Amino acid sequence: MAQVKGRPASKKAKSASTKSRKNSRPAKGGKATGNGSGKELRAEAVTVVYPVKEGDDVHALEKVSLSISPGDFVVALGASGCGKTTFLNLLAGFIKPTEGNVTLGGKPVLGPGADRGVVFQKHALLPWLKVLQNVTFGLKMQGIPQDKRRDMARKYIDLVGLKDFEQKNIYELSGGMQQRVGLARALTSDPAALLMDEPLGALDALTRDNMQELILDVWRETHKAIFFITHSVEEALFMATKLIVMSPRPGRITHEYELDFCHRFFECRDARKVKSMPDFIEMREEIITIIRGDELEGGNIHV
Amino acid sequence: MSDATHSGSSFFGRLGRLFSAGPAKPGDSFGAPGVGNSTTIAIASAIGIFFLWWVTTTPALGPMVKPLFLPSPAEVWDKFVSVATEGYQDQTLAEHTLASVQRIFIAFVLAALFGIPIGMAMATNRVFRGIFDPPIEFYRPLPPLGYLPLTIIWFGIGETQKLVLLFLAMFAPMVLNTRAGVRSVAIEQIHAAYSLGASRAQVLWHVILKGAMPEILTGMRIGIGFGWTTLVAAELVATERGLGAMIMSASEFLVTSVVIMGIVVIGIIAYSFDLLMRWVERRVVPWKGRV
Repeated sequence: MAQVKGRPASKKAKSASTKSRKNSRPAKGGKATGNGSGKELRAEAVTVVYPVKEGDDVHALEKVSLSISPGDFVVALGASGCGKTTFLNLLAGFIKPTEGNVTLGGKPVLGPGADRGVVFQKHALLPWLKVLQNVTFGLKMQGIPQDKRRDMARKYIDLVGLKDFEQKNIYELSGGMQQRVGLARALTSDPAALLMDEPLGALDALTRDNMQELILDVWRETHKAIFFITHSVEEALFMATKLIVMSPRPGRITHEYELDFCHRFFECRDARKVKSMPDFIEMREEIITIIRGDELEGGNIHV
Repeated sequence: MSDATHSGSSFFGRLGRLFSAGPAKPGDSFGAPGVGNSTTIAIASAIGIFFLWWVTTTPALGPMVKPLFLPSPAEVWDKFVSVATEGYQDQTLAEHTLASVQRIFIAFVLAALFGIPIGMAMATNRVFRGIFDPPIEFYRPLPPLGYLPLTIIWFGIGETQKLVLLFLAMFAPMVLNTRAGVRSVAIEQIHAAYSLGASRAQVLWHVILKGAMPEILTGMRIGIGFGWTTLVAAELVATERGLGAMIMSASEFLVTSVVIMGIVVIGIIAYSFDLLMRWVERRVVPWKGRV
């Protein structure tokens, strides 16, 4: 059931009726299995206020609630300044909320940790390490012996298609391959949730399309809870099981949609076909209208 | 460039043409400053300088400059051979050189041993930054000759004083570059390490120190360069052996050929050290500038 906060009620009806098709993913709600990676990541009414020396404090986030269960692919979309990245930083534990709390499997999140893997847009790999050492870095930090961590990493290296690149240097790889390393590295610690901050933002269009499919396949294989930030409406619609649209001043979730385009992709394996379906296009235009409205209000687009 | 500068035959017109560029050739980037190879010109320049030296000093050509001010290349070479084999002031060139290299090397190791950890501590901790910032920032711009008398008063005229002076010259650049290196580590790398379960100490060692390595090595390179520039000052007082001491004593006796020979030897050794450090850099931080 899609819910909408603060914005026109018609959106609610529409998204609920036409967009929530049969969804094979587990229903959201307090479904923390508590063992291994099957934990729910949850933000409850989190508010983040940045103090400003002069004038009013900036409310980067205002009472935002969201829960991400294993198997959920939540995509956040929104105008610049809407607090997407702040929200991801909260989930990752890099910042703490001014109010509200973040929990993983019922336990409060008190800082960054290996149970929440983060994939960054760029500059996050360690260039002094080879691909394999980058992927096993987390396991090394956790004190797992070398042989064992190589065995554990191999599965994910194969999964993201880096098999023949284990001994390459990071700077010898293309942008797309580097992001595969980032993805494999985050997966190797077997986190409950994967937080991705515009992971494909720096890639060219074709590589980006390939990586979207790769990430979807990895997600289906590993059944992780994923929180994914993007600026591309098409990418958001294509990948999400749940799409949240955020608005600035104060940063909040204004629309939520349950989507199934990614499952249609799994059925037909044809991303172009899914992305040109009439309801995909209709949905895309609707979302673009919302975001454009926010950008215009904020003065980011000059007409 | 405007049309006026192109068409004009005035001095400024020609100057304009020298620095302006038409559309770039394939493979070149338009507007990139200083494109093109300068090796040939550099070699020509070096030969030119040497030729000028030779022309103005060689007796057969009727020396324009007195040997007291500038001895001929042949004279300097003869001096090089005689000092290398017989020595100057009871010490051969090798002994002078060894003494200087030893001092610089010891001071360099000490400066690295203190400078890099202190730079790391200052960059990562506000308490250390607060403590060390005033003294380092105060003494850093002072010329070593300025505090040389103080080091003599404090440490005497023995070997310690020389090492202290060289140490001080090398320490500041190493601290500053280490700090710059820590600042250059991408916050994403640090965040990534924490979210992979790394502890604070692990992030410091495995991410920040490694990420700062290119700048740390640059600091070591600059430091050792500062060491060579300070060498003569360090060996100014009561020194028997050392290239700086050799130059100073030769100047007192107006043996200009030894002075020039010493300067050239220091130049060659300092440049070789620099090449060595660059080689180390390529080996240790091959990723530098490529990420």
